[in-house]
Amino acid sequence: MSIEIHQVTKTFGSFVALDGVSLHIPHGELTALLGPSGSGKTTLLRIIAGLESPDRGTILFDGTDATDRHVRDRGVGFVFQHYALFRHMTVFRNVAFGLNVRPRKTRPSRSEIEDRVMKLLRLVQLDSFAHRYPSQLSGGQRQRVALARALAVEPQVLLLDEPFGALDAKVRTELRRWLRRLHEEIHVTSVFVTHDQEEALEVADRVVVMSHGRIEQVGTPEDVYHHPANPFVFQFLGNVNVLPAHFNGGRPVLVDSDPAAGDTPPSGGSRGRVFVRPHMMDITTAPRGSVHFRARVIQVNAAGSAAKVELVRAGGEPVHVELTHERYRALRVKRGDEVFVIPRDLRVFLDDNGATADRTDLNAE
Amino acid sequence: MSGATTGRLTQAGRPAVITTRDPRWVQCTLIAITLLFLLVFLVLPIAVVWYEALKGGAAPFVDAITERDARHAILLTVLVAAISVPLNALFGLMAAWAITKFRFPGKQLLITLIDLPFSVSPVIAGMIFVLLFGAQGFLGSWLRDHDIQIIFALPGIVLATMFVTLPFVARELIPLMQAQGRDEEEAAVLLGARGWQVFRAVTLPNIRWGLIYGLILCNARAMGEFGAVSVVSGHIRGETNTMPLHVEVLYGEYRFQAAFAVSALLLMMAVATLVGKSIVEWRAGREQAASLEGSHG
Repeated sequence: MSIEIHQVTKTFGSFVALDGVSLHIPHGELTALLGPSGSGKTTLLRIIAGLESPDRGTILFDGTDATDRHVRDRGVGFVFQHYALFRHMTVFRNVAFGLNVRPRKTRPSRSEIEDRVMKLLRLVQLDSFAHRYPSQLSGGQRQRVALARALAVEPQVLLLDEPFGALDAKVRTELRRWLRRLHEEIHVTSVFVTHDQEEALEVADRVVVMSHGRIEQVGTPEDVYHHPANPFVFQFLGNVNVLPAHFNGGRPVLVDSDPAAGDTPPSGGSRGRVFVRPHMMDITTAPRGSVHFRARVIQVNAAGSAAKVELVRAGGEPVHVELTHERYRALRVKRGDEVFVIPRDLRVFLDDNGATADRTDLNAE
Repeated sequence: MSGATTGRLTQAGRPAVITTRDPRWVQCTLIAITLLFLLVFLVLPIAVVWYEALKGGAAPFVDAITERDARHAILLTVLVAAISVPLNALFGLMAAWAITKFRFPGKQLLITLIDLPFSVSPVIAGMIFVLLFGAQGFLGSWLRDHDIQIIFALPGIVLATMFVTLPFVARELIPLMQAQGRDEEEAAVLLGARGWQVFRAVTLPNIRWGLIYGLILCNARAMGEFGAVSVVSGHIRGETNTMPLHVEVLYGEYRFQAAFAVSALLLMMAVATLVGKSIVEWRAGREQAASLEGSHG
């Protein structure tokens, strides 16, 4: 089922949770609503589910207006951040609940219910836990039960509210890969809310980046990561160095806040900021080409998948660079070294009109 | 400040590890005062009641609680509790549900209003009903025309008792249901459950210990209420006297042993209630501990 959200606005008192949001969620896709807390992503999810009603705007399911349809009749499966399992029921009864509450006419027979529940429990790899209570399960297991319970009623849409938010890092990684595989298997239209950009980029087909009740960008994970529409998206998706710059005949020149460096911004040109991701920069001990700037190493951390080097520019701004271990071993930089930083790929956002430009050329110092 | 504490302790030659504990003499004094207080205000009166009740032997005791008026008072007390407690349970459930599951203006005012019977003197509560339903009251003539007797009869006693015990169930359930949130109910509705199914299958099992606890407290108060009931009942012996009123009547007639005998019985009902309350607390605590343990595992 496809979902069409049209001009939805929702306020809680004076707080604007959603500000005229429009969004199309195609059939069968796994969409992530990504944003910081207070960005309105959970409110949007709850409005799709029918748990909240919009102040203005409409929700269409497969082209028909579902704005005023009752929660019960929407055919959505919902997975809560804190699982919301029925604590006094066994795992089996939790999953069977949606089938057992059906009116007699549409309720499957006892053996059918049992078959379907056990099939779902096998799908979430918990068939041997059918007679346990939620309190006897780990967080990851509980969330899988919650998922099985939501799937038991064969929903047209699966909605997940921060599904991995309450789990520890390792379980979270496992579970989100598993969710991706599960989606490949059952292909139900799914929307999940997360504040974790890594999670959104890894799991989703499409990412909807939100902030302050508005949608900032919609696109594939590659799109939003490599072509962020604005500074917010750039900064929210992964680490980034932001360096002030001014523009001299179209070429960005880094602004040094240290007047001793002899850099005075020209009166004419426009000001802006240069965005560079830490792994898109290299370090050399000698200047190379015109695209570089001078910095001093203040911290090196080689534990992890990349060597993280923290530097400080002559102007005083901190700069973070991530090097591959090969490169780091070849360089042998250490604290206190004066080096040159070479941005390989950078993005420029102008301050006044928000215009952007992809640049690989840069005048420094 | 911590430096000063350590200094003093070092002077006294004590190790620094017990800085967080009060000195031994403070502990002993507090425990002793508490015990003494309980002895004077609780244990002694109970002992006196039983001593006085059984002073003349078992036969007068049995007579006192089986004579016609006493039997009627006991029955009336049980009947009033049997009517008012379920009604208040129903009200408490509805109020708690409304307050914790819905958003509406004036919610805080409603919570405050529910507490009103706790702060109003029971005598005033009784007076309210006399002024409303009594012969000279607001609705008095209408009631007389339709031959409905409320004051000086069972309905009045039930009304007064309900007023006094109104907050118990709601007060017990509101914090409990607030703590549990709405997630489970929302999950049930999303799975297609109807209102009644949600209540029976999800809400009720989650609040049952709180509900029982509230019912027990409500029942204890319903059986023991004196002030409000005293105003509306009219003290008609063998008709509108509940146990507490009967005790007063007996005492007023200098039939001390009989008065103490009925008191002893009322006391036993209270103790039984207390035991019930402890069992509920213990079981609820055990369940909570189990679920907490699970959630950290």
